[in-house]
Amino acid sequence: MSKRFSVVGHSLPKIDAWAKVTGETKYADDLVLPRMAYGKLLRSPHPHARIVRIDTARAAALPGVYAVITGRDLPRVKFGILPVSQDEEALCVDKVRMVGDPVAAVAAIDEETAERATELIEVEYAPLPALMSIEDALARPDVRIHEYGDGPNVHKAVALQFGDVDAAFAGSDLVREDVFFFEGNTHLPLEQHAAVAHWGPDGKLTLWSSTQTPHYVHRLLGKILDMPQAHIRVIAAPVGGGFGGKLDPFAHEIAACKLSQVTGRPVKIALTREEVFYVHRGRHPVLMWVKTGFRKDGAITGMHFRTWLDGGAYGSYGVASTFYTGALQTVTYKIPVYKFEGARVFTNKPPCGPKRGHGTPQPRFALECQLDKAAEQLGLDPADMRRRNLAEPFTKTANHLTVTTIGLGECIDRVVEASGWSRKWKALPPGKGIGIACSSYLTGAGTAIYWNDMPHSGVVVRADRSGGVSILCGATDIGQGSDSVLAYLVAEVLGIEPKDIRVHVADTDLTPVDLGSYSSRVTLMAGNAVIQAAERLRAKIFEAVARKLEVAPERLVARDRRVFVADDEDKSVTFQAAVVLGESLHGVLAYPGSYAPPKRAGKYKGGGVGPSPCYSYSACVVEVDVDEQTGEVKPTEIWIAHDVGRALNPLLVEGQVEGSVYMGLGEVLMEEQVFRKGVHKIPSMLEYKSPTTLETPEIHTILVESDDPDGPFGAKEAGQGPLLPVIPAVANAVWSAVGVRVDEIPITPDKVLKGLELRRHGKTPRVGPERLPLFTFPEPRPVESAFGQPAEDIAVRPFAS
Amino acid sequence: MKTLLSLTVNGEARDVVVAAHKTLLEVLREDLALTGTKHGCELGECGTCTVLVDGEPVLSCLALPIECQGRRIETIEGMADSGRLHPLQQAFAELGAAQCGYCTPGILVTAKALLEETPVPTRDEVRRALAGNLCRCTGYTKILDAVELAALRMHGGGAGVGAGERAEGARP
Repeated sequence: MSKRFSVVGHSLPKIDAWAKVTGETKYADDLVLPRMAYGKLLRSPHPHARIVRIDTARAAALPGVYAVITGRDLPRVKFGILPVSQDEEALCVDKVRMVGDPVAAVAAIDEETAERATELIEVEYAPLPALMSIEDALARPDVRIHEYGDGPNVHKAVALQFGDVDAAFAGSDLVREDVFFFEGNTHLPLEQHAAVAHWGPDGKLTLWSSTQTPHYVHRLLGKILDMPQAHIRVIAAPVGGGFGGKLDPFAHEIAACKLSQVTGRPVKIALTREEVFYVHRGRHPVLMWVKTGFRKDGAITGMHFRTWLDGGAYGSYGVASTFYTGALQTVTYKIPVYKFEGARVFTNKPPCGPKRGHGTPQPRFALECQLDKAAEQLGLDPADMRRRNLAEPFTKTANHLTVTTIGLGECIDRVVEASGWSRKWKALPPGKGIGIACSSYLTGAGTAIYWNDMPHSGVVVRADRSGGVSILCGATDIGQGSDSVLAYLVAEVLGIEPKDIRVHVADTDLTPVDLGSYSSRVTLMAGNAVIQAAERLRAKIFEAVARKLEVAPERLVARDRRVFVADDEDKSVTFQAAVVLGESLHGVLAYPGSYAPPKRAGKYKGGGVGPSPCYSYSACVVEVDVDEQTGEVKPTEIWIAHDVGRALNPLLVEGQVEGSVYMGLGEVLMEEQVFRKGVHKIPSMLEYKSPTTLETPEIHTILVESDDPDGPFGAKEAGQGPLLPVIPAVANAVWSAVGVRVDEIPITPDKVLKGLELRRHGKTPRVGPERLPLFTFPEPRPVESAFGQPAEDIAVRPFAS
Repeated sequence: MKTLLSLTVNGEARDVVVAAHKTLLEVLREDLALTGTKHGCELGECGTCTVLVDGEPVLSCLALPIECQGRRIETIEGMADSGRLHPLQQAFAELGAAQCGYCTPGILVTAKALLEETPVPTRDEVRRALAGNLCRCTGYTKILDAVELAALRMHGGGAGVGAGERAEGARP
């Protein structure tokens, strides 16, 4: 594989690795500007209350305080990341909806003075009943958290139907109904969010922020601050961990901008760790009911999936999250008919949003555990059963998603072989277990969060007489290595080394728009755009070199920092000389690349969530030890195979897979965002448990390459998909070890012990939710199942030529 | 109430006048502009702010600089010797052990202290030494690999098997 390429497929260091190992990387909180003031937010101590009065006089009088603002100093406009959920205020004016909602902000000479000033702000609250669970929220229509939505405290209720599931169930050999619950958890990036705003004397605003999406922040700041977007510049600093937690516009960013305007100084606001827990936007708690029909051989006849999401206090990405809890079930196995109903409710907790895997790890957990139960009932090997029922490549799913390449069969074969599955399944001693699960994930959302016909990713590649090449792109490196991937791709196309390239990203003044680092979209979308730009540049250079060497440009090759004639390598010029020839013939060499995904959205309401240029696939086998005395589950070894299309840099892909596995382990075994009496139980890293080196076992990573026609050099995503199968694989391994089904994440020792006790008393050894909320979903508008239809031969993709 | 402190940081004598309650982390970042040391939790739980004091890993968010007078303070900025990377830094870069890079400075100095005490540690010893440093990106695998590779290069007479072959850090 690597013979065909000089850069692609090689395990090169990241281009920013040197800055990161020397401490030189400047994150947002490392920025210091002359005359800079420090800001702090005052946050609500109540989960739900009316704001009666705010008095900032004492705070403003404190020496060293430059300014104190409340929501009344900001334009009275609500905002939100999705056009359909404009329900947030940077500083709440009339009402707070959670502990941690900001109500005022201070700028002062230093952080300590700013903090002292927040304590001098007097806020009178009139507490309202706090709704802290899905059941609470649905049971109290008289207490409304928001005035909009699909019912009292119902943010969104959706229903989709693709074919007749009831008929499918009637013709099945086995029909299972199962109920699962997935507790919420948070991203916990090591870097707390920080922002520096500078409102210049020219009336223009610059914001540096730890954000995964400078474009969306840019777009929304115009609205929030009621100023022309053209006068705003947003620069994303290198992000110290995102995982989806830095994808919304946040109160501290907006307050910093306003405070900078009123103080005439740059203002920095850096959040504390406790505040990061309130900002949240993490994994939704989801209650799920799944009804699936099976034939004797394990084939699925149809599926009906219901989800209830605990959305927290605001909309955030929640409408998309809701659809995502029903979108990707169909992408892994053949599911001929499918029905999905989902509802997201508001509660008085920090808002949930897009955490790694966005809305899909919860249903994947439910689906893969149910498959395991069905395999047990049907007497089938769960690995075999999955292997035999894989979705067909280059077909459509019931819900009109187009799947292209599928490397899942090879993934299953490879983990089964590497783990010794056939030897171990049902053969391990008591207390030891082995489990398997599979999954798939998007390689980039097929639609933007606001409908438009513009590129999802834009790039400019330029070269000049120095021989240097620079890439300008709006994408944001959040540690996944996207800057490096851009450099590798351009180096491959131009025949130079990554070191010869400078990558400038995430600056709305200088770089073409890229939508952001989410939905595993950057490698594919910015990657395809950068290839297009580099190929355009190469064509211009080849044209000039061809004249000089008196050959046809088609005969030229760029490699090893030279441009030469393919079958006559002595006829050559250095890359730098080639650029000089190009610049002499064409003038400035700067060429754009644009990418927008193929237009494949299903023609039904909600059809915009789920489509992607292609899907990655993963299979995972986990071996666990379960201590029957303590209930502790200890994963001992993990094998994961991931279909990444092509590993542009195997080292980076492995890093993404290993990081995903680790994060999945944290979610399945210990991480949970939980509340008591309206208050976050554990808003600190001391008590919010996450795995250390001691809890993370050896991870065996296997990369599978299916060379997808829509990917750059065939590449698909790697940063999110491999998290998904880990969670159900552990749950299935626990069943295999001790015969206990824990249908509720996380699988903590108390739940395992409860299951063991049920088993001892001869009861069904299952621990999980016992009942479902009373709720009537809207009537679905039936759409025909597109299952098995062939993918279009040529997908229509804008800007492709 | 401010105090004059004489600190030795990365081999340099530095005098600062700071409030006595400021933490070592704050003094390093805010008064000495050594922003390579990061803050992660303010509670001594995440290890992100680790620096070395007399060669021992110390959580700078819990340390008072007044107690560090007359002792050797070493931060990530002092790890490379006149522009030459420490073998740990080289290995971390080559093996992709730094993703977002935010936990990296704390982990690197902790690993340095380990290798000074235990030149060729077992994988379990590396795990135990780094158990107080959280990383949310890597799943730790590449970090453990990189510490092992650095140890081999420093004390084992050459590059580690496999890892050394993989690394193409020496490309022009």
